[in-house]
Amino acid sequence: MSFGTSVRGDFVMAAKTVTLRIYRTIGKMKGTSNYDEFEVPIQRWTTVLDGLLYAKSYLDSSIGIRYSCRMASCGSCGMKINGTPRLACYTKFSELNTSLIICEPLGNFPIIRDLVTDFSQFFKHHKNLEPYIQNKSADIDNKKDLSWFRQTPEDVDKYLQFSYCIKCGLCYSACPSVATDSKFPGPQALAQEYRYFSDSRDDASKKRLNLVDTNHGIWRCHFAGSCSKVCPKGVDPALGIQLMRGHLMKFSKSSMKKAKLEFIHSDDYSGTDG
Amino acid sequence: MENAKKNMKFSTHSVSNENREGLKAWLNPFGYGWERVSYWLQRLTGVFLLIYFVGHVIETSSIIGGPDVWNSMLQLTQTPAGHLFLILVIGTSTFHSANGIRLIFTHLGKGLGEPGRPDYPYSPSSLNYRQKSGIWVALILAAFAMLFGVQVLFGKG
Repeated sequence: MSFGTSVRGDFVMAAKTVTLRIYRTIGKMKGTSNYDEFEVPIQRWTTVLDGLLYAKSYLDSSIGIRYSCRMASCGSCGMKINGTPRLACYTKFSELNTSLIICEPLGNFPIIRDLVTDFSQFFKHHKNLEPYIQNKSADIDNKKDLSWFRQTPEDVDKYLQFSYCIKCGLCYSACPSVATDSKFPGPQALAQEYRYFSDSRDDASKKRLNLVDTNHGIWRCHFAGSCSKVCPKGVDPALGIQLMRGHLMKFSKSSMKKAKLEFIHSDDYSGTDG
Repeated sequence: MENAKKNMKFSTHSVSNENREGLKAWLNPFGYGWERVSYWLQRLTGVFLLIYFVGHVIETSSIIGGPDVWNSMLQLTQTPAGHLFLILVIGTSTFHSANGIRLIFTHLGKGLGEPGRPDYPYSPSSLNYRQKSGIWVALILAAFAMLFGVQVLFGKG
C-alpha cells in the first residue's frame, strides 16, 4: 500500500491507496477479457465493495458490479478477490495485506458482464432439491384448520445453522466437484437439502434421500471442505453433506424424532377475530 | 396469478459449462486450507497409484514369459531411478490409505461435530482440529514410510 493523494483529493486527503485490478469483459465476444486497474483511496475500514463503488463513481462508470445490502445479508456481491471467493462488502482491504487487489467474477458461474455472474443454474439446482417443508399431515393448502408444530430448541439447533444460507454462491464457486460436473447440485443445494431433512417438521426424509442419491448427486462430494471455508455466514455446507451421507449409508439414525403437529379447529378460533 | 407463476419458473435450458474452472480447480490446493491440500493429495496419489497398479500388473504378468523375461523386468526397479519410484509408491500408498481411512469416517458422518448456532468469527465444525490432525498424521506416516524405504533401498548392506 502506498500513501498518496487520491483522484478526488477533496474526498480523502492523503489516504492510503491500493490498486484494484478488475476483470472486464469486452462487448459480447466470448473469451475476450482484460483487466483494468484503478487506484482507490482506502481507510482501515474500507471494504472492497466501497473501493469498487469509488472506482465506479469517480473513475469508470461502466464497471459491471452487482450489490445490494452492503452488510453480508443479500449475497449479491460475491466475487473472487485475490483468487478466493468472498463477499466484497464483507472483505476489508486491510485484511488482505496487499496493495494489489484482483477482483474477478465467481468461478463456475457463467459471466454476464465484468463481475456480474448468472445464477440461474445455481438456483435451478437449489429448486430441484425442493427446499421447503413438506408435511402431508399439515393442512397447508386448504387452511381450514390452523396447525402448528411444537419444536424444542434442540430440534431447531439441528437445522438452524443451515438456514442461515444467503445463496451468495461462494461455496458453489469454491467447490472442485462443481468445477468439473455441471449436474452436481453443489454444496449450497445439498446443504439446504440437509436443512429440510433434519427439520423435525418435514416428513419427506425418504424422498429427500432419494433426490440426492444419484450418479451426479451427493456422492460427487469428496470433502475438500472449501465450501465451509469460504462461507461468510458460518453455514458449514460440508458438515450437512457428510451428515446426510451418513443417513444415506444408515450409519446415522434414520428415524429422526418428528415435531408434534397440533391443530386448532376453525370453531375454536372463529370468534376471536371480531 | 397463473402468468406470475409461469414467469417465476426457472429457465430449463441445458446446463452450461461456461466459466467452469474444470481440472484447474482440482489441481489448485492453495487458498482453502488443509482440507483442500488433503483433497489434492488424495487425488494425485490415487492417480499415481492407479498408474503404478497397471504397471505392476504388467510387470508381474511378465512371469508367463519365463525366468529371463521376469528377471529383466525386475532389473528395471534395481536402479536409483527405480528405487526412487518405489519410494514414491511407498509414500503415496501410505498417505492414500491413512487419509482414506479418515475420509471413510467423514463420509459416514463421523468425527465432524454437531450442527449448532454459528458465532462470529465462524469456525466450521467440519474443518475441526480432529480432521486437521488426521491429515497431518497421514502426512507424517507417509514421510516415515518413505524414510524407511530410503533406508532399505539405499542403505548399506
